[in-house]
Amino acid sequence: MPLLFFLIVRFIPTFMSLRLSLFDWNILREQQPFVGLENYRTLVADEKFGQSLRNTALYTLFGVPLQIGLGLALALMLSRVVALRGLYRALYFAPYVTPIVAAAWVWQWVFSPQFGPVNTVLGWLQLPPQPFLTSPDQALATTAGLVVWQNLGFQVVLFLAGLAAIPRSYYEAAEIDGATGTQSFWRITLPLLNPTIVFSVVTGTISYLQLFTQVVNLNFTDQGGPLGSTLTVAVYIYQMAFGRFQMGYASAITVVLFGIILAITLLQLRFLTRRYDT
Amino acid sequence: MKKLLTLALALTVTASAAPVTLTYWQYDFATKVSTMNELIKKFEAQNPDIKIKQETFPYDAYNQKVASSVPAGQGPDVVNLFYGWLPQYVDSGFLQPLPAKDFPTKQIESTFVPMVQTSKINGQYYALPTSVRTLAVFYNKDLFKQARIVPPRTWEDFIAAGQKIVKGAPPRFSVLGFGIQPDGQDYHVVREVLVRQFGGVPFSKDGKQVTYDSNAGVRAMTFYTDLMTKYKLGTPNFFPGNNSYRDAFIAGKVGMIIDGSFAIGSIEKGAKFNWGVVPLPVLKANGVRGNFGSYWVNGITKNAKGDKLAASVKFLKFLTSEETQRTWLDAVGEIPAGRKLSGTAALRTHPVYGPFVSALPFASSTLFVDEAGQRKAWVDAINTVILQGNSPANAVNRAAAEEQKILNGYYK
Repeated sequence: MPLLFFLIVRFIPTFMSLRLSLFDWNILREQQPFVGLENYRTLVADEKFGQSLRNTALYTLFGVPLQIGLGLALALMLSRVVALRGLYRALYFAPYVTPIVAAAWVWQWVFSPQFGPVNTVLGWLQLPPQPFLTSPDQALATTAGLVVWQNLGFQVVLFLAGLAAIPRSYYEAAEIDGATGTQSFWRITLPLLNPTIVFSVVTGTISYLQLFTQVVNLNFTDQGGPLGSTLTVAVYIYQMAFGRFQMGYASAITVVLFGIILAITLLQLRFLTRRYDT
Repeated sequence: MKKLLTLALALTVTASAAPVTLTYWQYDFATKVSTMNELIKKFEAQNPDIKIKQETFPYDAYNQKVASSVPAGQGPDVVNLFYGWLPQYVDSGFLQPLPAKDFPTKQIESTFVPMVQTSKINGQYYALPTSVRTLAVFYNKDLFKQARIVPPRTWEDFIAAGQKIVKGAPPRFSVLGFGIQPDGQDYHVVREVLVRQFGGVPFSKDGKQVTYDSNAGVRAMTFYTDLMTKYKLGTPNFFPGNNSYRDAFIAGKVGMIIDGSFAIGSIEKGAKFNWGVVPLPVLKANGVRGNFGSYWVNGITKNAKGDKLAASVKFLKFLTSEETQRTWLDAVGEIPAGRKLSGTAALRTHPVYGPFVSALPFASSTLFVDEAGQRKAWVDAINTVILQGNSPANAVNRAAAEEQKILNGYYK
């Protein structure tokens, strides 16, 4: 029964989109001619697709390490806090449960070149005002900032759980042996957090590779940012499929994205997972 | 015995003429939906044998919803759609041409305003509008009064007025002279209005060839981008959000915006200051007028056959009648698509509707084959100039190449 469910819900749609990608499938046309690998050939020459791939890579390369590093640092700090423990955790977790659309709306105002408090602060510091989301050079970083801010709460909770799972006796033993705090961090905390870190890297990477909602909502009228500067592969798929009705082409991009995610995930699992003895 | 019974049953059904039920779709816009409900009641009273079921969907999902339902043989019999989607919908074989005996071409062309001719595809009409919209300049009377200026008639006045109103400098403005917004209505102004005013034509007659990659096109692009880069009247995306320029205008932070007649309702409701409307400016040098007209049409889908088709024709006639046009103007605020009504003196001299109505005779519509893609081509081209310092000539060529590629893909 679970196998049947899996087949119907997972495999059939996957193979359908694989099949669709071989057709010039436009919803708004009666004929859907078979074009073989034509869509993939178009993809190779498509500058916009190249840009969306580059952007997606940038989001992932900056976003994942940043949110894991910050998440770990915050979790280490919070694990030592005794007073108001629940309050702090709730505060850090709040962005994660805030609806993305609402958060994007607030983010737009915060980073507004005209009215945003960020530019006001820059003004106090005698720094020139910045265009942020309205500039092709800064829009991607600003968007990534929102994603990191939102995911941070989840990272913190994950690491807190990971830290709590490390038996205290290891630290006590290390202390008796005369290890410093830094030593016990590198020798005990980090290795024992490995499963948590692997989980974070893999799920974080996948979520960045599929980045969509934030990008769409931050530049609502010109989705994908000025001159495609925040465009991700997922947004491009959506635009091709539901803005311009080119289902075949969109399916081809989907297949490529699926391949990339699969390859990266397998590589990560292969190289990041370490065996350790407890 | 059984056969006889079936026959008798069939006879009774035909004799009692069971009412035909039509499904009508439009997008969800409060005043349009409620007005349509009233109109449907009226229509059903006149035609007791026809029932109309109205269904609506959010604007953002509307096109998608229609496009995915009708090819599958589901959804509406009569459908409301943006005229710009027509070529794609006709291409999909998903609308049927209006029956020539009920809607003769000659009669359509003499009763409707000229821009409606954009819905003639391969010599046949596939859909007709109730109302149309054109563009005009909305201005903040209070800001104009403070600056002691009068509303502009020429583009030269427009720039001078904007410069007197704007406060602050890029990138930090507090008040804009002109709410510039390429992805709002502005890119239509450059393509359909400015290109013509500078002596060019945007497309070949059959709409298959881009012709604005010309001297006129470059001058139009230069003129428009200068409003931001040279004259510093404002900046795009002044307010965050979906309707940046309009929201900022309603908030009283913008001297002038170019917007369509469909914006009248929300500005009327939101603006807490005195505002007015003037026609799109002309160039001092030649005084050529121009406008961009657009409209939503009602068409009959391929789902309507037999009795349903006959009923759909009746309903469409009702929707495009003068009486409905008048109701629509009063309730929704969109201007009538018929020459006769929009030609009345009362409407032409109306302080708010007037500038929109009087633009009807010289308003042109773009024949879109891929509205989203064609818009993107222009918005990106304009952005290369105002955000990256590209030359207007390069930008026009970029837009032309991109848009031509889309046209070629459709007309291949």
